[in-house]
Amino acid sequence: MVNILKVEDVRKAFPSGFEALKGVSLDIDEGEIIALLGPNGAGKTTLISTICGITSATSGKISIGGFDTATEYRKARNLVGLVPQEITLEPFETVMNTVRFSRGLFGKKRNDAYIEKILKQLSLWDKKDSRTMELSGGMRRRVLIAKALSHEPRVLFLDEPTAGVDVELRKEMWEVVAELKRDGVTIILTTHYIEEAEEIADRVAVISKGEILLIEQKDDLMARMGQKRLKVELQSAIETIPSDLAEYALALDSKGETLVYTYDTKADRTGITKLLADIAAAGLALKDIQTVESTLEDIFVDLVHEDAA
Amino acid sequence: MNFPAIAAIYRFEMARFFRTLTQSFISPVISTSLYFVVFGAAIGSRIQEVEGVSYGTFIVPGLIMLSVITQSISNGSFGIYFPKFIGTIYELLSAPINFLEIVIGYVGAAATKALFIGVVILATANFFVDITIAHPLAMVMFLVLTTITFSLMGFILGIWAQNFEQLQLVPLLIVTPLIFLGGSFYSISMLPQIWQTISMFNPVVYLISGFRWAFFGTADVPIAVSMFAIFAFLIACLGFIGWIFKTGWRIRK
Ligand SMILES: Nc1ncnc2c1ncn2[C@@H]1O[C@H](COP(=O)(O)OP(=O)(O)OP(=O)(O)O)[C@@H](O)[C@H]1O
Ligand SMILES: [Mg+2]
Repeated sequence: MVNILKVEDVRKAFPSGFEALKGVSLDIDEGEIIALLGPNGAGKTTLISTICGITSATSGKISIGGFDTATEYRKARNLVGLVPQEITLEPFETVMNTVRFSRGLFGKKRNDAYIEKILKQLSLWDKKDSRTMELSGGMRRRVLIAKALSHEPRVLFLDEPTAGVDVELRKEMWEVVAELKRDGVTIILTTHYIEEAEEIADRVAVISKGEILLIEQKDDLMARMGQKRLKVELQSAIETIPSDLAEYALALDSKGETLVYTYDTKADRTGITKLLADIAAAGLALKDIQTVESTLEDIFVDLVHEDAA
Repeated sequence: MNFPAIAAIYRFEMARFFRTLTQSFISPVISTSLYFVVFGAAIGSRIQEVEGVSYGTFIVPGLIMLSVITQSISNGSFGIYFPKFIGTIYELLSAPINFLEIVIGYVGAAATKALFIGVVILATANFFVDITIAHPLAMVMFLVLTTITFSLMGFILGIWAQNFEQLQLVPLLIVTPLIFLGGSFYSISMLPQIWQTISMFNPVVYLISGFRWAFFGTADVPIAVSMFAIFAFLIACLGFIGWIFKTGWRIRK
């Protein structure tokens, strides 16, 4: 596969001397969806702004579709659509005009049929003649997406596209993303809704304090780091965990009715059979058993905590 | 050159203007009429003739210059300051366009608007006084060069300004006095010698004088000097814009 986006050791220091990106490298394949996760202030927006030319990197090299963003910026930027985190729109302009303007800025011929298509896709068609100041926050964000798509980009950056968008529309937006992926568009999105990354991303990158902590296939990541929890519900509540069961490092819920065993799905032996036998031997009667898979969210929280420690 | 992008910026800016067309049209008509009532009728009746033309006619070029210069600066500065202020400038920065194309789009639109106002004022003035233009071609050239030069100056101001106060203070404290003291409503030769000398340091004097020459064929300063002055301003502004282009001054973080 081709690297549609290549970021090599990019650093960004602000005039204050603060280094928001400390040597970030990324290789992104054409057609994949990457979710960029990280706590507030991690450097997600700074990274996107640097790639898109809104701020310039202090050092390092970036290429999009093989074109260097510094020396061949026209060719590189032609390929890119950007939906910024902050909603900024000309308040007195109509939706249609502002989207047309974006297309024009990228040197594309006017094509109202195409704009109609994206406005319909984003459920904005009936608002095409409204001024942007008359729209709700979620609608405005979708106008930003329409603007970013107006010139048929090959790489789309979505900086928190679903912040402030209601559940139903969020689902619709995921569908738009899926459709773009089918058309071969590469998508880099940031989000604080981890279930969103879990739902739509192919790969997940975690960034914290200006450094990429990891970038990995979502499924591999979940399998590698995923832990399962076995919840054992008891017939009757207990006060303390019997000492015979100490080796399992069990947790007891506050009501004393459920024992929680955490195990690694990749380990040779999960120890479940022995655990259940030992529970019975300890004289506890079982009511129900349930396993729970850890989510990307758990993984993410662990990672960032480890980094902070 | 990304011509569609220049056209997109130009059209977008002109759309803002056409949305408020009535207002853009009415205000110069009213202010011009007021100037004629106050200066032409009230004061003009006491001043006989200036340099061989009636006072009412004499102030027409100055009146046009006054509006054209202030309009050019405010259009040019607002056009680029507004996206900077509301944040939509991200789109200009991430688009496959260079600074020169941005300048042509915004300054072109700002100059067009100012030119339109200049023509409206000329047409309005025509109702009040007789106007004959001695050198029409030179008149158009002065008008066009002035709108472009001061729109560029406005653009620089818009890039420099970091808040609305700065955006308004510069025209108010520097440009307006220079225009009023630049002989908009009088001939420099009417001043005492010392003020005539001081006036020679006011760049606007050369523009108004040259513009007036295009109307009446007479001027305070030789026409060649006026021509030189307007080109010198234009080149200075272009040079400064070129420097911003190279250094990215106040555009990219
Ligand atoms: N213009 C600036 N000058 C100085 N520091 C800045 C500037 N912009 C951002 N920063 C700093 O850079 C760091 C990264 O900011 P950035 O906006 O990239 O974070 P983020 O990961 O997008 O966070 P969020 O999830 O809140 O959007 C922060 O510590 C921020 O304070
Ligand atoms: Mg951010």
